[in-house]
Amino acid sequence: MSVSVLNTCFDAVSSIREGSTVLIGGFGEAGSPVELIHALIDHGVRDLTVVNNNAGNGEVGLAALIKNRQVRKMICSFPKSSRSTVFEQLYRSGSIELELVPQGTLAERIRAGGAGIPAFFTATSIGTQLAIGKESRRFKDSRDYVLEFGIQADVALIKCATADEKGNLTFNKTARNFNPIMCTAALETIVQASEIVKAGEIDPECVITPGVFVNKLVHVPSPVSESQLIEDGISYP
Amino acid sequence: MNISTVSRSGWTREQIAEQVAGDIADGSYVNLGIGMPEMVSKFVPNGREFIYHTENGLLGMGGTPKAGAVDLDLINAGKKPVTIVPGASFFHHADSFAMVRGGHIDVCVLGAMQVAENGDLANWSTGEPDAIPAVGGAMDLVAGVKTVYVMTQHVTKDERFKLVEYCSYPLTGSGVVDRVYTNLAVIDVTDRGFMLNRLAPGVTYEEVCEATGAKVHIGKTEGINTNA
Repeated sequence: MSVSVLNTCFDAVSSIREGSTVLIGGFGEAGSPVELIHALIDHGVRDLTVVNNNAGNGEVGLAALIKNRQVRKMICSFPKSSRSTVFEQLYRSGSIELELVPQGTLAERIRAGGAGIPAFFTATSIGTQLAIGKESRRFKDSRDYVLEFGIQADVALIKCATADEKGNLTFNKTARNFNPIMCTAALETIVQASEIVKAGEIDPECVITPGVFVNKLVHVPSPVSESQLIEDGISYP
Repeated sequence: MNISTVSRSGWTREQIAEQVAGDIADGSYVNLGIGMPEMVSKFVPNGREFIYHTENGLLGMGGTPKAGAVDLDLINAGKKPVTIVPGASFFHHADSFAMVRGGHIDVCVLGAMQVAENGDLANWSTGEPDAIPAVGGAMDLVAGVKTVYVMTQHVTKDERFKLVEYCSYPLTGSGVVDRVYTNLAVIDVTDRGFMLNRLAPGVTYEEVCEATGAKVHIGKTEGINTNA
């Protein structure tokens, strides 16, 4: 189905249901779709499983979603930062689940999920705690590999720099990170774009995410900076 | 010298970084861990160029931006603002880790809590029950990068061994470390275990042995202080 352009972030996320698995793009604040996350807080659905590299900062964006008790489980590689107190408190009190995944395995699980690959073997984590209970197999090179499963989600929340009306996306520098692969791995991909241009205005040679992976677009012309919000002492809502 | 003076002996942190940089070939694709390993980039020998990879999707990473030139969309794996050098490229996370896991990155330099004589590395968790576990890309780097260097003080701040027979902390990878750079010495991980490669100025082989929780073997170059 072709892409639809919605007027508000709230409209874009209003179809997200209780108990959904939600991929949220970004690495720290770079590429984090803060406006879409705040709309998801306004929407209020709970019992979510969220996939992100981290677990939020301060009390805005992903951290605010967690603080609002909408997240049952985090799947991430690094839930720690100097300002990740919301997650840490809930985790220590047993109020949120954590599935810790090595960063490359997390990326590959998302890529595989988006490519229709149910599982794959990787050398990452072999011989460590994170491989306990997982199937392993020795291949021709005499190394052991761990079986990991692809991630297929209900929804992806994505931030991009420029989108065209067909849903083709480009990103800004290292704000690309998990966003393109997450676009591929969800039943519904919702994108906030700083700029939306007419079809044909993005050089097809320069498209990073082809529109087939995108379902909904919202124009967010001047996205907030998470660190600025934190510096200003803002917490959401 | 007893173990309590070990942490103040030998190379400074900068000099350890210089030792590491001197051992990396021109043109190498290099991933530097957060913290002490980042200092390696300050000691690239004249005439050599390293191309820095950062896990969050950049090859050709440059140094810290000037004040006023910070771009929050241009950061490194430690989420600190960085710059790019001519010839840099951006890519998504699966491509970034295909570089790591597919053996396309030549060298990574990581910190360590413990290194065992068989090359086991522990650098992500103390395993304490109230610790927030966080692994990032460390397990991917040690599993896939061609050469894994560790850069660390020889003993902990409270004077416990970091180079050991077996790691007591949770492993990052098993049998993955190629070489350890400390304030006292450069030590290779070999089939026989730890093998002295070179000593810091003013440090003796006996002192290294005393500060190491496993046997340190010596080869043909034993006792030669290559940096005196």
